[in-house]
Amino acid sequence: MKTESTTPALSLDVETVRADFPILATKVHGKPLVYLDSAASAQKPRAVIDAERRVYEEMYANVHRGVHDLSMRASEAYEAARSKVARFIGAPSMKEVILLRGTTEAINLVAQTHGRVNVKAGDEVLITALEHHANIVPWQMLCEEKGARLVVAPINDAGEVELNRFEALLSPRTRIAAFAHVSNALGTVLDVERMTALVRERAKNAVVLIDGAQGVPHLQVDVQAIGCDFYCFSAHKMYGPSGMGALWGRKVVLDAMPPWQGGGDMILSVTFAKTTYNEAPFKFEAGTPNIAGTIAFGAAIDYLTGLGLPAVAAAEHELLAYGTRALAAIPGIRLIGTAAHKASALSFVIEGVHPHDAGSILDYEGVAVRTGHHCAQPVMDRFNVPATIRASLGVYNTREDLDALVRGIRKVQEMFA
Amino acid sequence: MTSDLRDLYQDVILDHGKKPRNARVIEGATFTQPAYNPLCGDRGTLYLSMDPTGQKIADASYVGQGCSISTASASIMTDFVRGKSREEALETFGLFREMITAPPDEATHRAVADLGKLSVFSGVAEFPARVKCATLAWHALKAALTESPGGVPAPVSTE
Repeated sequence: MKTESTTPALSLDVETVRADFPILATKVHGKPLVYLDSAASAQKPRAVIDAERRVYEEMYANVHRGVHDLSMRASEAYEAARSKVARFIGAPSMKEVILLRGTTEAINLVAQTHGRVNVKAGDEVLITALEHHANIVPWQMLCEEKGARLVVAPINDAGEVELNRFEALLSPRTRIAAFAHVSNALGTVLDVERMTALVRERAKNAVVLIDGAQGVPHLQVDVQAIGCDFYCFSAHKMYGPSGMGALWGRKVVLDAMPPWQGGGDMILSVTFAKTTYNEAPFKFEAGTPNIAGTIAFGAAIDYLTGLGLPAVAAAEHELLAYGTRALAAIPGIRLIGTAAHKASALSFVIEGVHPHDAGSILDYEGVAVRTGHHCAQPVMDRFNVPATIRASLGVYNTREDLDALVRGIRKVQEMFA
Repeated sequence: MTSDLRDLYQDVILDHGKKPRNARVIEGATFTQPAYNPLCGDRGTLYLSMDPTGQKIADASYVGQGCSISTASASIMTDFVRGKSREEALETFGLFREMITAPPDEATHRAVADLGKLSVFSGVAEFPARVKCATLAWHALKAALTESPGGVPAPVSTE
C-alpha cells in the first residue's frame, strides 16, 4: 500500500483496499465473508501483518536497554512508532505520547494518577449518557473511592449530546470531563471542540479527556485544534494489532501526574531508600512493552494516513447514508442512533426479533455484525431495548456488503414472520 | 431456508419462542431463582413449587425476556420438569447439556433418545454461540435445586 510520503488519494479505491486485507478472502458457512463489525475490531492489512512479522525476523530485542545492534534497531523502530502516533493526532511532541494496551488502560491510567491526586470529596466527574463502559467504570471507581460525584450529561432521542444541557452541568466542582469522540453504540459524532471550549469557560479546574477509540479510524484528529488535555485510542480499531493503544496528554498535565505502575523503564535510579522516576512518557511505561505490536501500530498509522483520512471519511459517509436509506426502507426496522452527524455505526432492532436470533441468522449468511449491548448498557436503557444489532463500517466495506445485510434481514424476517 | 438454520430454529422452538408456556409468577413458590446472561443481557426468574415431600417438582414457571432460543428453552423446560424428582431434573440437565455441546453424531444420539421433546434443541450443537441461550433457564433450575434451603438466591449467571 501507499506510505505516508505519498500524497493521499482524494477518493478511496475500495477494490485496491480490499486486496490489502487477506482475511476478506475467507468464507463463513460456505459464503463470502461480509465483515460489518469493525467498530468491535477492524481487520488487518497485509502491511500491518508483515510489519509485526518483520520485527521478529529482522530486529527483535528488548528496547531502551542494550547497547547491541539489535536492541538499537528495535528501540529506533519503537520510538519511530511513537512519533507516528504523535503526528497522526497532531500532538506537539512525541514525549506526550504514552504507549499502552488500549483505550481502556489509558482511561484507567488517567483516573488512577491525575484523578486520584485531583479529585476530592464533593468534586464532580462529568461524562455523557452515550459512553462505553470503559469511559464510565474507571470514573465510578474513582468517585466511589474519593466520595466524588459522577455526573451524566443526557442525550436526546436521536442519540446526540445537547450542548446546553452539557454546559449546565459544568461548574467549578467539575474536575474531569470525559467523553467519546464517536459513540460506539450509536455512531454519534460529538462536537468535541465545542464541548472542550465549554469546559474551559465553565469549569476552570477541569481537565478534558476524549475517548477516541471510535474517532481515529474515521476522522482526522488534531488534538491541538480540539484543545483537550487527554486523547486516547486503541490500535485494533484502526487496522492495527490488538492489545495496543496510546494516550496523549499535554506535557504540563503529564508532568504533574504521579507514576502509575512501578517497574523497569519508568525509573531513572533505584536504591532501597528512594527511587527517582523517569520523565514522561517513560514514567508511565513500566516493564517491557509490546514491542512488535507497537511497531505494527506504526504500520497501521502509515496505512491509514496513506489512504488519507479525508478520503476514508468521505467514502464511509457515503456508505453510511446508503445503508441508512436501505435499512429505513425495510418495514419493521427501528434505527437506534439517528444523530445529524454520524460515523460508521448502524445500530438497529427488528420488530418481533431478538437481536441474538438475528445475529445467528446473519452469521449464517456470512454477514458478521455485533449483537448485544456493545459495552454500553446505559445507552440500551436510554432507548429501552435489551440489545441492538450493529453493523459498522470500515475502509474495506462496499454497497454490496450492505446489500447482503439487507438480504440477511429479509431472511430473518421470513423466519420470524 | 437453509437446512442447518432450520435445525436450530425448528418450528417447535419458534412457536415456544413466540408464545412461551408457563410464563407466569407462582405465588408462594418454594424457589424463586433469578437468571442473567451478561453477554446478551437476557434476564429472567424461574419459579419452582415442590410437592409436600420436597422431592418432586409440582409446578414450574419462568418469566423473563430473551431471544427465541432462551425463551423456548425455558418454556419447554418448565413443561418437562413438572412431576419430575430433583434427581431426574438435574440428570436431565446433564443429558441436555451433553446433547447441545457434544460434537454432532457422537454422544448426542443417546441423549436425544432420552430427552423426548427437549431433543428439538439438538441443532444448538452446530451453533456454539447459542449454547448459553439454551441453558440459561437450566442453570437457574440447577441453582434452585442445589441451593441450601432458606438461603437467599444470588442471580445465576451463564458466565
